[in-house]
Amino acid sequence: MYIGKVVGNVVSTIKISHLEGRKLLLVNQLDLQGNETDDYDIAVDVVQAGPGDTVLVIDEGNGARQILKLDPGAIRAVIVGVVDQVALSG
Amino acid sequence: MKFGRVIGTVVATRKAEGLEGIKLLVVQPLDEHRQPRGDPQIAADATAQAGPGELVFMVGSREAAQALPVVFVPADLAITGIIDEVDDRPEFRKREPTAGWTAS
Repeated sequence: MYIGKVVGNVVSTIKISHLEGRKLLLVNQLDLQGNETDDYDIAVDVVQAGPGDTVLVIDEGNGARQILKLDPGAIRAVIVGVVDQVALSG
Repeated sequence: MKFGRVIGTVVATRKAEGLEGIKLLVVQPLDEHRQPRGDPQIAADATAQAGPGELVFMVGSREAAQALPVVFVPADLAITGIIDEVDDRPEFRKREPTAGWTAS
């Protein structure tokens, strides 16, 4: 999983059935200092996140299928949390 | 899923079992700002409606095959949607982080 920032909405009418009715957000992956990186995902949102939110993203198929109750399911990236606090030590 | 731009088509008459009827497209992977990143790839079109010039999103690895009608097929990249619009106005990025971030 990684921590990211929602930086956009993605709108698509023609898509596979697994994605019907699901909200897609553009998420930039953050580094450990909270800065933006070159990595990103178009992720399915299940926690009502929105642009600007700091979020927790899973990018793995089995976890995604489990959360979305899909089998088969052609989805990897899912926003599974809105992050309140990150504390680093050491 | 990642952004991609369809830049061509591929025709293969003899294909592995399960790939019959699947449209193959050449796609240029894109970065977050829809600029080319990396080498072009061949993707299976799970929407069956994508065509050259279109902005799409794609899923890779094992999930690619799961987008296709026959799930157990040799495919490692699939187009799973055609994009109408990306709303990533600059102010979204400028918003202050919603999470507190502390290092000790």
